[in-house]
Amino acid sequence: MYEDTIAAIATAPGEAGIGVIRISGSRAIPIAGKVFVSMNGKRFEEPESHKAVYGMIKDGDTPVDECILLPMLAPHSYTGEDVVEIQCHGGPMALRTILGLLLRHGARAADPGEYTKRAFLNGKLDLSQAEAVMDVIQAKNPFALESSVRQLKGAVHDRLAGLREELLYELAYLESALDDPEHITLDGFGERLAEKSRKWIGTLHDLMEAADNGRIRKEGIGTVIVGKPNAGKSSILNVLLGEDRAIVTDIAGTTRDTLEETLQLRGIMLRVTDTAGIRETDDVVEQLGVERTRECVKTADLVLYVADSSVPTDENDDAIREMIRGKKAVVLLNKSDLPPVSGEEDFPGFPVISVSAKENTGLDGLYEWIMEQFFQGKISCGDEMIITNVRHKNLLAEAGESLERVLEGIQAGMPEDICAIDLMDAYERLGFITGESVGDDLVNEIFSKFCVGK
Amino acid sequence: MAVMEETYDVVVVGAGHAGCEAALASARLGMETIMFTVSMDSVALMPCNPNVGGTSKGHLVREIDALGGEMGKNIDKTYLQSKMLNRSRGPAVHSLRAQADKAEYSRHMRMTLEATDRLTLRQAEAARLIVENGRVMGIETTSGAIYHAKAVILCTGTYLKARCIYGDVSRNTGPNGLSAANELTDSLKSLGIRMYRFKTGTPARIDRRSIDFSVMEEQVGDEPVTPFSFTNRPEDIAREQISCWLTYTNEKTHEIIRKNIGRSPLYSGMIEGTGPRYCPSIEDKVMKFADRDRHQVFIEPEGESTGEMYIGGMSSSLPEDVQYAMYRSVKGLEHAKITRNAYAIEYDCIDATQLKASLEFKAYEGLFSGGQFNGSSGYEEAAAQGLMAGINAARKIKGLDPVILDRSQAYIGVLIDDLVTKETREPYRMMTSRAEYRLLLRQDNADLRLTGIGYEIGLIDRARYERLLEKEKQIRQEWDRLEQTSVGAGRAVQELLEKHQSAPLRTAATLADLVRRPELSYEALSPIDEERQDLPDDVIEQININLKYEGYIRRQLRQVEQFKKLEEKKIPEEIRYEDVKFLRTEAVQKLNAIRPVSIGQASRISGVSPADISVLLVYLEQLRRKKKGTGQ
Repeated sequence: MYEDTIAAIATAPGEAGIGVIRISGSRAIPIAGKVFVSMNGKRFEEPESHKAVYGMIKDGDTPVDECILLPMLAPHSYTGEDVVEIQCHGGPMALRTILGLLLRHGARAADPGEYTKRAFLNGKLDLSQAEAVMDVIQAKNPFALESSVRQLKGAVHDRLAGLREELLYELAYLESALDDPEHITLDGFGERLAEKSRKWIGTLHDLMEAADNGRIRKEGIGTVIVGKPNAGKSSILNVLLGEDRAIVTDIAGTTRDTLEETLQLRGIMLRVTDTAGIRETDDVVEQLGVERTRECVKTADLVLYVADSSVPTDENDDAIREMIRGKKAVVLLNKSDLPPVSGEEDFPGFPVISVSAKENTGLDGLYEWIMEQFFQGKISCGDEMIITNVRHKNLLAEAGESLERVLEGIQAGMPEDICAIDLMDAYERLGFITGESVGDDLVNEIFSKFCVGK
Repeated sequence: MAVMEETYDVVVVGAGHAGCEAALASARLGMETIMFTVSMDSVALMPCNPNVGGTSKGHLVREIDALGGEMGKNIDKTYLQSKMLNRSRGPAVHSLRAQADKAEYSRHMRMTLEATDRLTLRQAEAARLIVENGRVMGIETTSGAIYHAKAVILCTGTYLKARCIYGDVSRNTGPNGLSAANELTDSLKSLGIRMYRFKTGTPARIDRRSIDFSVMEEQVGDEPVTPFSFTNRPEDIAREQISCWLTYTNEKTHEIIRKNIGRSPLYSGMIEGTGPRYCPSIEDKVMKFADRDRHQVFIEPEGESTGEMYIGGMSSSLPEDVQYAMYRSVKGLEHAKITRNAYAIEYDCIDATQLKASLEFKAYEGLFSGGQFNGSSGYEEAAAQGLMAGINAARKIKGLDPVILDRSQAYIGVLIDDLVTKETREPYRMMTSRAEYRLLLRQDNADLRLTGIGYEIGLIDRARYERLLEKEKQIRQEWDRLEQTSVGAGRAVQELLEKHQSAPLRTAATLADLVRRPELSYEALSPIDEERQDLPDDVIEQININLKYEGYIRRQLRQVEQFKKLEEKKIPEEIRYEDVKFLRTEAVQKLNAIRPVSIGQASRISGVSPADISVLLVYLEQLRRKKKGTGQ
């Protein structure tokens, strides 16, 4: 029923032993075949269902990873479509590269809940599961889009938006002239479009590189520790780090007073940023620190609000509560080793976990809470981030290819309205990154920028 | 007092471009049809621009013709000048436009109507719809006469509660001082039909004797012309063409407008209707595009039997004295004598999302509508809807499924889908950029796309259909021959290539490959193609286009395949969106308002997200399985 073929990483993020990527759709076999070479040299063309094949994933001639391919032919698969599972060494780098390859060869990154949706539509799931399928789709898609948009850091987002705007302007100019040829001329438009296309292709390459560089930072759950000064934020961080010494990177933040650490908590990757303590102050430097904390909180997936149970809450706590309102947050009531002055009732609306960083107690509660939230899909997970990133990069590449075709078209002397097809394609691809559809953009731009009609 | 009563199959209200097509289609399909007009002398009136066609509108006219409508034939009989616009661009945007002799256009259309069996024309104003149990039963006129009918098609154009305005002068009339229809709106509103108030405008007409053409640029027609109707050959309609003239506004014009803008009813708030962003009035152009130092003005004849000239590009609702000053500031119009003032017109129309794609009201069986009443603008848009409404009203009565063209089949499909799916808050004008598969929906292949459908409907006769089949066959055979015929790198070939500055051959190539080269064409290869038979020009045109743009055409065809899949996924009429608890509230509201027939249509509704569509798909599957009574 669905022509397009989807791909996604099927295993949880982190440094697991193996990773699985699943492809589903009518072109699953040929797409896998384009990136896979079996050890016996046989091509992956008409594989036997449910029989594993051992070989190598290659990007052109470059080997990427050793893997096992498990084809499951329609209708005998989870989705009822042709499915290929690629089992490889689970590193995030390998998974990302393979997923990227598959997208480049014609697969589309699966939307949240899409495998289950297809399984249901193809009669593979029981009727009783329909509600659950719809729940997942509606719960996760807006979230995935939001995290996709959020992941585009300000500068990248602005460049992308600027690029789209320029594309739209030229499209609207072209369409205005086609619509009203007696008013608006296309003399010299081809050259201008060629020149612009070259410039845009350059911008897209820059953006793709930026996507690569930003990659490591973006994996894992973006976690921010906030609290008043001396609440024990740093000690909590140290305990977290001590719990699992598998620190992947430690990248200094853009400022002296925020520091980002990446750590694994029982298999789930967290990117933890410690922030300056929050209190009302006239000190300019400290005020700046508070501002930066506010920024960190804005982009965070998870906020750990560290409070000192041995002191009463005050207006600074109010300010913090205000700052983290609407975020997924948990209060860590620290210093449970001291006589309590404030308690759970002082933090209404927040889950509260009592801990003592000093005695290293209570943190199990935190781990469990995070795991629970994670597996219920209530906090952003790293695989979404990886997919988003690969997906972004692929869309940027596709937009670039469309623009290359614009150039080819112009050079081959194709009329402008034919080039408009590829120009529109590029515009549409870039819109997919931020979830914006074309809609009436073009018609609105024509009317707002150009004087058309008698 | 005795009440006058009559019974027909179909009642058409309005005799404009929509009404004429609707009535002709209905009568030709065997329905006893009566068409009402406020004036027998205003049948197929062109109250605004004196032309038919233009970008994307020309496509509509050719599609109307291919389906068996009248507009193309009528303009071919009555044109003064004809031009293929965008000829230097790609084939998808080539658009035919002809200047019309307005009086002749109207006269010939009336002659056609009067010569059509089963069609009655009647001068009377419809006042009230007669509706019983959600079903339309006929109409009542202002004189109290009752006309029973199985279907009613409303094509009231700009006449409902019409008001013409310039300066502080406002008159409750339809265009050209014709009487407005003041009662029908209330009848519609009492039936719960949602109405909008739209506005449009027209420029002044000027006596040609007062115009100095010597300072203007002459605009001539094509030689030979391309007929609108596929039933005509260029030589059938050849005539001496009449010129149009081009001049420009200038800073002085703009200064006059700016100084008097406060007296414009548009800016003073006297006009409440929503105008089109396309065709802005000259005051809008000047105010909105302040950086432009001039705007084009086209001086176009209204007909051969009149000296009136249409001042294209300068529609306005400024006061009379300002109009004089403004027109007279334009080069060549210094001594202009205005024969009719420019004016804006406000009128009632419906929110077209109340219609099905068949143009039947969702809430009232047998009630159809077309044209500006549906919120569109333009003669061609009106005619296209009128034709479809006429066809579908007749089919409804015969118990047949409606004919619905989709977005991949015709501009008519794009037009109607947009009207019934998107909430249009301004008069809707067709544009080529609205057609996502426009490379497939060309004006040159409208016959190939739609003649078969017209034949099935019953508006195209057997002979015309067979000619179409023959054309298809010729295209296919010649295309195959070109793909299979190789030429070697012989001297004659290389010389021909050199002559066209085309790269010489290193190995043999097919003729098709050579046609694909941008600098070559089918015609250019004739010296090296000895087996070639004489073929009609329109066959050769198809071969050139199909070969040259093959890659792009294929890509669009693939997109169409995807599109069709979603269109074919139908949504049951009785669906209750409130029951789909995973749809967002906004989506439920929008889906309930539009009640789309397919997943494809649902996905085009603004405010319905891709996730909502996925949820809907799962829900439909759930329904289907429940109905089947199986748990699996």
